[in-house]
Amino acid sequence: MLDLDMSPYAGFVWPAWGVSAVVLGALAARAGMAARRWSAELKRLEAEE
Amino acid sequence: MFGLANPDRFLRFTRPLMPAVWGLAVMLLAAATWLAFAAPEDYQQGDTVRIMFVHVPAASVGLAAYAALGVSSFFALVFRHPLADAAARAAALPGAAFTALALITGSLWGKPMWGAWWAWGDARLMSVLILFLFYLGYMALRASIDDETRAARAAAVLGLVGLVNLPIVKFSVDWWNTLHQPASLLRADGPAMPPVYLTPLLTMMAAWGLFFLAVWLTAIRTEIVRRRVVSIRARRALEA
Repeated sequence: MLDLDMSPYAGFVWPAWGVSAVVLGALAARAGMAARRWSAELKRLEAEE
Repeated sequence: MFGLANPDRFLRFTRPLMPAVWGLAVMLLAAATWLAFAAPEDYQQGDTVRIMFVHVPAASVGLAAYAALGVSSFFALVFRHPLADAAARAAALPGAAFTALALITGSLWGKPMWGAWWAWGDARLMSVLILFLFYLGYMALRASIDDETRAARAAAVLGLVGLVNLPIVKFSVDWWNTLHQPASLLRADGPAMPPVYLTPLLTMMAAWGLFFLAVWLTAIRTEIVRRRVVSIRARRALEA
């Protein structure tokens, strides 16, 4: 069973997990967006040749 | 193996691997998160022990990412290989992010357990902060020089110098008296924690390691594509 009651340390545990989730999500999103952006640009340039 | 140093072969080899690496990383993250919150609270640390399940992987991956950056910088500097330089560059941002997470989550654990957010005299804390500054310096140096070849060479030298800091981070808790506890995983007499905490911790470390690998490989592939775009644009500018 999961233990989600972090008291009396909820103010420390949840921010640690929250900031970790945000950073991991941001890294994944940035990697995906950059990959799509540069692939699209390369395809566009190659199509022009 | 050395054939993968060719950017085209690297792109062909990694393309079918990427969905599997990303998928496995996400599944392991979900499983490790479940295990982390299924573990009982520690008799001394209470629920703050759950901060360790993100703090330790963040610190480990932050160190591993710098090792990847430093070794890639060595190959970029000595053999002037473009893929090695792309690998070094691609490791910098995720490595800095993981190191920042290690500092932030460590601080969130330190306040309730040590009574302080930060200790300026602590060798482990300071050496990890220096590691973070090396990452920032590496990225700032690359961004500050317009000529990409010169930027790559200057950044590679800085990347190599920063490798010296890695053993300092690792052994700082042995060499100096610090607030930070000594190593609890990589010890001669085995890990100093019960399986109920060791299992979620190792699973989370594997998940974060795989997540870094997914981000790193994606960023290397993107960097190769970006360089092709820059090369085509430069050729067209010359022809115009």
